[in-house]
Amino acid sequence: MCLAIPGKLIEIASDSNGVRMGKANFGGIVKQVCLEYTPEVETGDYVLVHVGFALSKVNEEEAARTYQLLDEMKQLGELDTPDWDNNLFFERSTSS
Amino acid sequence: MKFLDEYRDETLARKIVAEVRRITTKPWVLMEVCGGQTHAIVKYGIDRLLPKEIELVHGPGCPVCVTSLEMIDKAHAIAQRPDVIFCSFGDMLRVPGSTDDLLILKSRGADVRVVYSPIDCLKIARANPDKKVVFFAIGFETTAPANAMSVWQASKQGIKNFSILVSHVLVPPSIASILQSPLNRVQGFLGPGHVCTVMGYHEYEPIAERFKVPIVITGFEPIDILEGVLMTVRQLEGGSHEVQNQYPRVVHREGNRVAQDLVNKVFEVCDRKWRGVGSIPKSGYKLRYEFHDHDAERIFDIKEIDTQEPEICISGLVLKGVKKPHDCPAFGKQCTPEHPLGATMVSAEGACAAYYAYGRHLKLADPNEKPTKVA
Repeated sequence: MCLAIPGKLIEIASDSNGVRMGKANFGGIVKQVCLEYTPEVETGDYVLVHVGFALSKVNEEEAARTYQLLDEMKQLGELDTPDWDNNLFFERSTSS
Repeated sequence: MKFLDEYRDETLARKIVAEVRRITTKPWVLMEVCGGQTHAIVKYGIDRLLPKEIELVHGPGCPVCVTSLEMIDKAHAIAQRPDVIFCSFGDMLRVPGSTDDLLILKSRGADVRVVYSPIDCLKIARANPDKKVVFFAIGFETTAPANAMSVWQASKQGIKNFSILVSHVLVPPSIASILQSPLNRVQGFLGPGHVCTVMGYHEYEPIAERFKVPIVITGFEPIDILEGVLMTVRQLEGGSHEVQNQYPRVVHREGNRVAQDLVNKVFEVCDRKWRGVGSIPKSGYKLRYEFHDHDAERIFDIKEIDTQEPEICISGLVLKGVKKPHDCPAFGKQCTPEHPLGATMVSAEGACAAYYAYGRHLKLADPNEKPTKVA
């Protein structure tokens, strides 16, 4: 229910009632999004969308932190390899 | 997709799991609050990647699952009226009431419609001025801004034939209730990332302090969840109990003020009954009096309903993290997604439905055995 996914804002316009609306592209699927709660966002921004409402701009700098984390983890050196099967994680993720 | 795929990176997942293993010295019980997190954990087998000392128990964060039976029976009573178009999110359709579900009522001729967003109901209301359009407004804080906007716009635009049946629930009181229970085993929480996108996380700070429990606001992708686990275990092993934010790409401490303002204009906090859990003080939203023209409970004045839960179902204990789905004698037998006995088997975010979807009802030869791919 609290599912929210990031989409790229490709258009902003007010509807006939003056509600700030936009169109967001979710990996090729374009949907109408209400932007009343994200007055700061502009075309080209990524927004987090839940039941047709943008709840937040996705902060690209914070998102890039994942890669910094990866680099830091690599600095930890040769860690013991966990005793789970190769590719388990990804076989499972693509099987569903 | 950008901002999704990079959080499913296998190399990084392995590194984080290895780091969790390295720092873990004793058993810890963590609860993920959100049903969306539960779904991802079971889908990607995250619980089985973690060292055996780390147990993940599944929290109450599935609104479909915790909507009280009384409220569902009320929804069914309203939906059956010939003057009503009853609108709902899709996952409420199969939730069993005392006798029926919305899909059965639809098959008998009730005008039940699935909408993507509550705002879609306003169009339906304008197109059907002779009907009363009712939206089943369930959800946590994440969904409250959307539901609030539907009422706000209906009021502003003078759409008088639109109302909502409100069954909103709030996360912080439910976490406090779990921690106060004598049955509680939870020592740390993966907090609800999208609830906190709206509300911020300052409300969790007094809970972390009072119960001496770390709360890490966490996202929904595998890397987010693994990092949330790592941050929680780090705190537990180090003896600290802070609120930390794993999900800063969308969550800020103060949340979305614009959304909170409208939610507070439309809703006020009330006591709320949770299915399988019972009544929790100040754990829900109801419409403010100014919007009572859009309050379906007032408009339709449904009398108290005598409800009946199946005796065998343990979904209340599953929602509190006390039991796992496979502890239930009916799991995967009398109770399946095709014939659910409890709401936790209906929603994709319900722990029982997630366990069933990813083959956890199938017997493994050895409980510690790694699962094979399930078709």
